[in-house]
Parts: sequence; C-alpha cells; structure tokens
Amino acid sequence: MIAELGHFALILAFAVALAQSIIPLWGAHKGYAEPMRFAETSAMMSFLLIGFSFAALTYGFVNSDFSLRVVYANSHSDKPYLFKIAGVWGNHEGSMLLWVLILALYGAMVAAFGRNIPPTLRARTLSVQAMIAVAFLAFILFTSNPFERMDPVPVDGNGLNPLLQDWALAAHPPFLYLGYVGLSMPFSFAVAALIEGRVDAAWARWVRPWTLLAWSALTVGIALGSYWAYYELGWGGWWFWDPVENASFMPWLVAAALLHSAVVVEKRSTLKSWTILLAIIAFSLSLLGTFIVRSGLLTSVHAFASDPARGVFILAILVVATGGALALYAWRAPQMEPEGVFAPVSRESGLILNNLLLSVAAAVVFLGTLGPLFIEASTGEQMSFGAEFFDLAFSPLMIVLLIAMPVGAALPWKRGDLPRVMKKLWAAAALSFLVGSIFAMWRSGGPLFAPLGIALAFWAIFGVFVDLAERVKLGRVPVGETMRRLANLPRSAWGQTLAHMGMGITAFGIVGISAWESEDIRAAKIGETIPLAGYEIRFDGVERSKGPNYIIDGGMFTVFRDGEEIANLVSEKRFYTVQQTQTTEAGIRASLIEDIYIVLGDRQDNGGWAVRSYVKPFANWIWLGAFIMTFGGLLSLTDRRHRVGAPNRAKPTKPTMVPAE
Amino acid sequence: MRFWTRLQFRNIPAFVGMALILLVSPAHAVDPSEILSDPALESRARHLSKGLRCLVCRNQSIDDSDAQLAKDLRVLVRERLVAGDTDEEIIDYVRSRYGDYVLLKPPLNLKTALLWFGGPILLIGGGIVAWRQIASRPATPVPTPSLTDAERARLRDLGIDPDANRET
Repeated sequence: MIAELGHFALILAFAVALAQSIIPLWGAHKGYAEPMRFAETSAMMSFLLIGFSFAALTYGFVNSDFSLRVVYANSHSDKPYLFKIAGVWGNHEGSMLLWVLILALYGAMVAAFGRNIPPTLRARTLSVQAMIAVAFLAFILFTSNPFERMDPVPVDGNGLNPLLQDWALAAHPPFLYLGYVGLSMPFSFAVAALIEGRVDAAWARWVRPWTLLAWSALTVGIALGSYWAYYELGWGGWWFWDPVENASFMPWLVAAALLHSAVVVEKRSTLKSWTILLAIIAFSLSLLGTFIVRSGLLTSVHAFASDPARGVFILAILVVATGGALALYAWRAPQMEPEGVFAPVSRESGLILNNLLLSVAAAVVFLGTLGPLFIEASTGEQMSFGAEFFDLAFSPLMIVLLIAMPVGAALPWKRGDLPRVMKKLWAAAALSFLVGSIFAMWRSGGPLFAPLGIALAFWAIFGVFVDLAERVKLGRVPVGETMRRLANLPRSAWGQTLAHMGMGITAFGIVGISAWESEDIRAAKIGETIPLAGYEIRFDGVERSKGPNYIIDGGMFTVFRDGEEIANLVSEKRFYTVQQTQTTEAGIRASLIEDIYIVLGDRQDNGGWAVRSYVKPFANWIWLGAFIMTFGGLLSLTDRRHRVGAPNRAKPTKPTMVPAE
Repeated sequence: MRFWTRLQFRNIPAFVGMALILLVSPAHAVDPSEILSDPALESRARHLSKGLRCLVCRNQSIDDSDAQLAKDLRVLVRERLVAGDTDEEIIDYVRSRYGDYVLLKPPLNLKTALLWFGGPILLIGGGIVAWRQIASRPATPVPTPSLTDAERARLRDLGIDPDANRET
C-alpha cells in the first residue's frame, strides 16, 4: 500500500513539474505576479511529493518488502541495516529516484532561500529546473518504475552486490548526485538569463553559491569513490581513468572553471557569455555522466546497473537539454557585450588561463573517454585509452595549472605587473625548491620527475601562504594591524586559500604515491617474514570467523620496523554467502608518511597463501587535499555576500525577554 | 554502426556477464606462481602487462585483472621474455594475435591523431582566441547601461553598494 502511495506521489510530482515548467515561464513573459509565484509553491510541492516517494521506497527496503522487484533484486533480509538503506540507491531505479529527489531539493532551496532573486529570473529558473524534472520523472515512470510488484512474493532477496556493501560507497552516490544534479542550478540560471536576455554582476552572485555547493559535493563524492577503490578493490589503485570516473571528473573540471569565471562576471562584468556557456556545458556533462553510467555504453569496472535501452531515453534528454540550451545561447549570447576593461597581465587574464586549462583538461578527458567510441562508430575499429594516454595528455595541463595558480592569485584586477608579482613569490619558489631537494635526498631511488613534482606541489601550497601574507600586509604594518586584517578577511578569501592549498596537497599525494610505491607479491608460508621498504612483515596465519552476512578468512600480519613491532594488521577475504562471491578488505596501517597495505590472496598449492604487500607513500594526502578543497568551497559558501540569496535574518526588533527566574 | 547496436537490447546478456565477471572477482592480478625468478625480466613483464588490455574486462590491464584470459596473457608475456624476446617483439606478437584493441595505449595513426593531439590543438586554438579577445579590449570602458534607480535602491536594501564593481 505504501509503495503504491509512493508511486502515486511520483505521478503527481510529474504533473506538478509539468505545470511548473509552463506556468511561471508564461507569467514571467507576461509580467503576471501570480503565475510566477506558482513556481515556489510547485517547487516545494514537488520536493514533498518526491520526498514521500523516496521515503516509501526506503520503507520497502528497510522492511525487506520482497514483493517490490527492486527490493527483491537488490536486498536481503540478512543485510546490515545501513546497507538496507544504502540499497535504495544501490540500483538503477532507486538511484534515479535519488537523482530527481536531489533535483527537487535544489528547486525547493531556490524557492525557500531565493527570495531576493528578481521574480522573473526566479520564476524562469524554476521553470527550466522543472523541465529537467519532467524529463527525468518521465524516464522513471515509463522505463524504471521502482515500485513494480512481484507475484508470487519471493521468500528472500538476491542481496546487494558485496562490493557496494561498504560505508564509503554507501555515502558516495548521494554526494555525487548532490554535485551532478546541483549543476542543474547554474544551468537553469543560465537558460533563464538567456531567455531574459540579461546577465550582470548580480546574476553571477546568485549563480555562484549553487555552483560552489555542487562543486563541493562533487569533490566529496569523487574523493569517497577514489578512497573506496583504494582500500576495497584490492591493489591500492586510487584512480583508473575509468569511464565512470571520468564521467564525474569532467563536470568537476568544468564546474571548477565556472566557479572562477563567475568571479570575473561578478567583479568585473566581463566573460559573461563564456560563463553562460560553461554553465550549460557543466550540466550537459552531468547528463552525459548519467548517460554513460546508466546506459552501460562504456562498460567499466563500475557499471553495475547497465541497461542500453534506458540509455536511449537519457541520450534523448541530453540532446534536447544541451541542444536547446546551446541553440538559445547561439541566438542570445552575441547580445551580451563585454564591459570590463583589463590589461593582458591582470587577474582577469589569469582566470582566463585557468578556464582555458580546466576546459581543455575536461576536453582531453572527454576525447579519451568517448573518442574511441566515435572512431568505432565510423570505422568499426575497437579501441580504448588506458591510463597512459591520460597521464600523457592530461598531466601537462595540470602541471601548467599548478605553476600558474599562485601567480594568477597574486595578480591584481585590471592591470598587473608580472615582475613585481614574481618578486613577491620568490620566497615560495625558493622554499618549494628546498622541499623538493629534501625529498630527493630523503627518498632516493625514485624517478627523476619526483622531486620536481614535490617542488611543484609545494609551490602551490607556499604560494597560498604568500598570497595570505600579502592580503594581511604581514611585516609591512604593525602586528596588530595584521591580526585585524586577518580577522576581517572575508570567508570567500579563506575559501580560496583552502581550496588552492587542497589542490597542492592532493598533487603532493599523487606525486608521492606514483613515485615511491614499493610492492611485494609472493606465496608466503605461515611464519614467513616479508622484507619491504624498510619494514618486516610477518605472516602469522589465517583465521576464519563470521561477519553479519559473510564468512571471513582473516590473514594476520605483524609489522616490524628495525626489529620493533609497530602494527598488527588483519587482511580479510570475505565470502558473501548469498551472492556466493568474494571481496577483499585490505589490511592497512594508514599514516601521513606512508600506508602499509596488505592483501591476502588465495591458498597456494604448496600450503602457503598469496600475499601482496605494498608500501604507499603519502597516499592519504590525496584525499586529505580533496577534503580541504571541499571545506574551502563550503567556507566560501557561508560568505556574507553569498547570503544575499539567503532568507533575511529575523531583525533584532526588541531585546529578547529573559524569563523571570 | 556498432555504436547503435551497443545501445540495443541484444547485448544485454554480454554486458551483464561482463559486469559480473568484473564485480564478482576482487582484483588480485599477478599470482605469485607466475612471477619470474629474474627480477629484471619480471619488472619488464610488469611494465608490459600494464600496457595490455584484459580483453574480457574492457577497462583493466592484464596486470590488474583476475580473469583467466588475463592470466594466460601474463604467462604468455613471461614465456616470450624468458625466450629472449625484446619488449617490441612481444608487443608485436600480442598485437598480431589480438589486434590493436589489446593495447591500452592505441598507436598514433590517422584515426587516432585527433584524439592524441586534440588537447594541444584545443589549447593552442583556445589560447589564440583568448589572446585576441584580451588584446582587442578597448582602452576605455564601453559605456554601459546604468542601473535604474529602483534597481540601485534594491541593491542598497540588500547591503550591496551598487557602485562597488566599478572600482578596484
């Protein structure tokens, strides 16, 4: 019964979205206030209806209602509670429902917090948002109904893919979708502005918080996915240039570009049409990502719910949304005149370079991921690009980006002086060179590029500090004045500082793990000691035990350094009885210097076990950097200036009454 | 048009099958029994393996994959190494048996040139466009339609100085 109500709510939401995609648009065109206001009511209603529908499906999963086909196919009564909930989006139907739920959430947030957006722009934005909702609700209702019943009702379910029964992967889709789908906001704002024919600094100020939110969430989502791959897939890889990863990485790159170009629109009233184009492209790439994952067009390590037929539907949405927006863009964008004036050496130019590098990087990922498909379509020849292509084509762009980042951030608006900026930055350059040399001596034996890479990463980090010191006039004014400036620094400045620092930190981790990883693979007998990168790893045996819905073979290891015991590690092989499949849980001793990473393999004929041990230097800095970037994004989001779009604080009218007592 | 056939129903079992192969097996890759005793040869073998595709997995190298076919190929590569082949000879040998598709780094030819050089071309092209835009900026600001009084008042209500953008 609850499932039917959920299904019905979804149909109602479809009807509401249909109305919302037409009425406010018409109202804005005619200048009628009532139809425009309808957008808010309907956005709220959509969110409540889809929220109810989502809750109904969750109810089905939590109570193991196997009369629902998706519950039967993706859940099991034995499954731990957390994964029963995560199971809601661990399948195609449920994850699409999560997709529209988040879409509706963003719409509702605009309705709730967007009171200060001009009524016509708000009405049009919500209408465009509703058009996307119509398309995806139709997709769910017609091709992927999550509320389909089964008769007879099976006794128990098939269970969730064991690889997905993991906390990081349970949290991964909601964050990823908050990012993917959040990019629908800048898209809707861009299309609304094109319809309106007006883009100004205020527009950029309304768009930026949504982009920040989406980008931050996408960063978390990607980092979680990467971390999961690191410890779960069993060989400590953290990025595979896999189509599904690339699908989330392309919108991330473009959203990062959009964040920077929106600053230029906001501060300098220039780069308007480019910013609009980026907003359109960012969401188009999100749709493309949804298409890649949902169609199984590019099968990959992750495509666990591939169904080509549904892909055609999403492809149609993609073509209509992108094509429509680009057509509108071609028609309206030429009317947008650039206003701001700036010299070739200026922060504006720096941000243009940033945009150029980030968008070309996204294009390279696009070519590497989808290019082979076009070749296959035209010549019939199958091929695809592995990591080496991306390393060659993508990395140089990131190197230039890292080199330019501190310089661009130090340049003033309008007109800058490159020698003067370099003079400020020489300390950062010298320090990073020093750090590079220290690493070259400390970690000898790595590839030649490694110390250079480390120096580059630290150049980005130290550059941030130089910029910060400049802002507070460190050493040039009394300390008190510096402290006052530091305290008064806007949160968006702190956000930028942290985000740029996070970039450098992630780069540091990437260089470290790529350059100095050590590996040992052997058939180890019980009691055998494996020497690896200065550690001795003793294999103590294998113990069998029972988890909630799996059987564990736990390989016990003791790690020594210089004869001293430093860690006891358990590397698990889990056998999921329902699915009859195995997963590995690597035994990891994590630290900021290096991870010791041990994987237990199969029993060998000679009585030993296959044991893979790795020492992975600086691995954790990769994700640490990503979370610092996210934190920077969120901090920037709380900046006072962005709260223009937030509801007004209750005005302090009267002093609060203190209860007598 | 193979692109379209991929989108249609008939390949579903294949896809599901592939997905299962991939997901069911935690990747273990190189098995201790395969490892060559000569570390120099073994390191060459690992390097070669990283560039060869596991053909039944689609997006893993044979070095990463647990599939039987990947194992067979790893063993094959090692046999050729022990027999004294050079890296190029081994790659050519594998290519002659499985085609270019087996290479994770497709060779540069007319068909792939656009993919290989797409990045640099876009960077240079985009750079020229951006530079011309920057260089052709007028020396003085183009007069812009100023905000209406109502809009200015509204901005002030929001705590924004309507003239703030004109400075600095």
